[in-house]
Amino acid sequence: MADKILKEIIDRYPRERRYALAVMQDMQRHYSYIPREGLELLAGHVGCKVAELYSMATFYKALSLKPRGKHIIKLCNGTACHIRGSVNLINGINRELGIAPGETTEDGEFTLELVNCLGSCALAPVMVVDETYYGKMTLEKLPSILGEYRKEAK
Amino acid sequence: MTRTVLVCCGTGCLANGSKAIADKFEALIAEKKADARTECFVKRTGCNGFCENGPLVKIMPDDIIYYKVKLSDVEEIIDTTLIGGKPVERLLYKDDKGRPVTKQEENPFYAPQLKTALRNIGFIDPLKVEDYLAAGGYEGLKKALTMTQDEIIEEVKQSGLRGRGGAGFPTWRKWQTAREQNAEVKYVGCNGDEGDPGAFMDRSVLEGDPHTVLEGLAIAALAVGAEEGFLYIRDEYALAVKNVTAAIKDAEAHGFLGDNVMGSGRKIKFSVVRGGGAFVCGEETALIASVEGKVGEPKPRPPFPAIKGAFGAPTTINNVETLANLPVILRDGGKKFASVGTEGSKGTKVFALVGKVKRTGLVEIPMGVTLRHLIYDIGGGIQGDRPFKAVQTGGPSGGCIPENMLDLPVDFDTLKAKGAMMGSGGMIVMDDRSCMVEVARYYIEFLAEESCGKCTPCREGLRQMLGILTDICEGRGKKGDIELLESIGEMMQDACLCALGKTAANPVLTTIKYFRDEYEAHISGHRCPAGVCTALTSFKVEADKCKGCTMCAKACPVGAVSGEVKKPHKIDPAKCIACGSCREACRFGAIATEGRKGK
Repeated sequence: MADKILKEIIDRYPRERRYALAVMQDMQRHYSYIPREGLELLAGHVGCKVAELYSMATFYKALSLKPRGKHIIKLCNGTACHIRGSVNLINGINRELGIAPGETTEDGEFTLELVNCLGSCALAPVMVVDETYYGKMTLEKLPSILGEYRKEAK
Repeated sequence: MTRTVLVCCGTGCLANGSKAIADKFEALIAEKKADARTECFVKRTGCNGFCENGPLVKIMPDDIIYYKVKLSDVEEIIDTTLIGGKPVERLLYKDDKGRPVTKQEENPFYAPQLKTALRNIGFIDPLKVEDYLAAGGYEGLKKALTMTQDEIIEEVKQSGLRGRGGAGFPTWRKWQTAREQNAEVKYVGCNGDEGDPGAFMDRSVLEGDPHTVLEGLAIAALAVGAEEGFLYIRDEYALAVKNVTAAIKDAEAHGFLGDNVMGSGRKIKFSVVRGGGAFVCGEETALIASVEGKVGEPKPRPPFPAIKGAFGAPTTINNVETLANLPVILRDGGKKFASVGTEGSKGTKVFALVGKVKRTGLVEIPMGVTLRHLIYDIGGGIQGDRPFKAVQTGGPSGGCIPENMLDLPVDFDTLKAKGAMMGSGGMIVMDDRSCMVEVARYYIEFLAEESCGKCTPCREGLRQMLGILTDICEGRGKKGDIELLESIGEMMQDACLCALGKTAANPVLTTIKYFRDEYEAHISGHRCPAGVCTALTSFKVEADKCKGCTMCAKACPVGAVSGEVKKPHKIDPAKCIACGSCREACRFGAIATEGRKGK
């Protein structure tokens, strides 16, 4: 089953190395990570070694080799967000969910990612959960926002 | 008469709910067709740059601009403005004296701006090529098609245009090199990998006016003799990727790109490449490696990409903002463009004015205005009228500029001479509550993570600097640390392979140069003067200033603040995590900082 979807993603692109990153991004989007079978199939498709794709998967921040949570919390730590208190939010999320940047909660619900800049600096500090932006974040707002997603999970 | 409602749908306003507002305008206008005297259209535009006050709604031709519009305001705007022709006063912006301003150009944030790269943004629907054409779009390309390669390059030379991505290399010279190459295949590329944290000029242009970038890139293709091009855009900029992809399709359908560009028989084809989230890919040799489907590591130059770039072919890469200026240069002539700006830096520059400033957002101003004008007149000064400490320019490769340099003109060359740089346009304003050591640590941590690790001076130099800076911020600083940081920084400037490493020490070296006392306060005074570094800060309530409003107690995430209403509060040092939430919440300046607990 997984193989079929992977194949379909790969077949959207010509058999050229230059499309390897785009294919991996599509896999990432679909699975929230890149499965090993995906790397192997792609290596065969574009004609390179799995190790070369592995080096890309570990180099580019947008790609992950580990499954991520159902909800992705992207906390912006760009300069504008940083000086407006994003570090306090990192600690706040840690208190709420018990996860540090890069980690996923045990129940697989949330993954916390630090991102360098979302280009929404005028709204700093910014947090994005899945596709929803939360601007001018404060520690006070945090519990209720995360609560919404928790409720949804139950 | 006809009225148009322009709803800002840039990322910032969308985050504040502008899509629902545009939808409601459309639905209600359709419903209220009753008024036959006015015909109304709704347009979803790109980013107006004043995101902090979004969602923004403009009414044309009345030229009324509303801020912080809520869903519940839509009906009133329709009744009062669209039908009644009068402004809704409470939604207008209040200037520094509290007076409401109706027109965009009366707003102190917009008034001093002169827009070239951002000329169409906020007025056109980025997804409608007709809008772009009505604004004079593709006129530059049309003209370029009648010119020889050398004539195009000469026009750009006369304009004095220099690369907006940071380095400020003359655009025409880059093109000239690629043009001279005798190769069958050449490429042009758009660098939309805007990685500097705190900068979002390119995002705004790609989202809000994608056709101008395509037109600029097509002009570049004609100048160097390329038929193929790519736009490398950060994957984090989802809306930019979407709008540019749609614009390419549209431009091809209308014959502005494709196999027969505007009937000239010329072929120009563009594609979008999504970036993978690596800062170093903003460096052009790394960007090219990424386009080729490889790990985005930079390569030593020479050979320069203009001679041997993507897939071994001559490749010219230009920044988004650079490209956005080109259609205007071709259409109106290079001389006109060069009439704005300073001797060495022509035209305008877009800045992302952010941080602890009252009015934050995107600002396009002529080169050569002073930092003070930018921060105090356009930005309205520091939030809460706190003291200014520094402005960080140029992203992680730039530096921190202190107060006594605020009267310097902003252009490519002046700031460079002071150890900072104008860079791609990020301007992060810091007040007395920003710790300069921590800011330096922040940039070094960023760069240590983003360093590709290929060359040793960068990889190891950053790691060592990060260790020292972390120690200083966490209260383990030693005598001699400052000198060691300086020596590592100077070594990196000499020895690193690419621009990332060569400039990486700038945030450290400039903060040491201008804020050495803060480093010393951390190391020998055991305190963080800004009250940011938690290990070197403790908070206390000054009883005589405290009004007992309870705001601090509400803001404290760990319940360390206690006290009765209207009586001075107290902070329990055992519970306090020194996050500073109480200080931010206090309106009476009653929260003071001291050094490390027990010191």
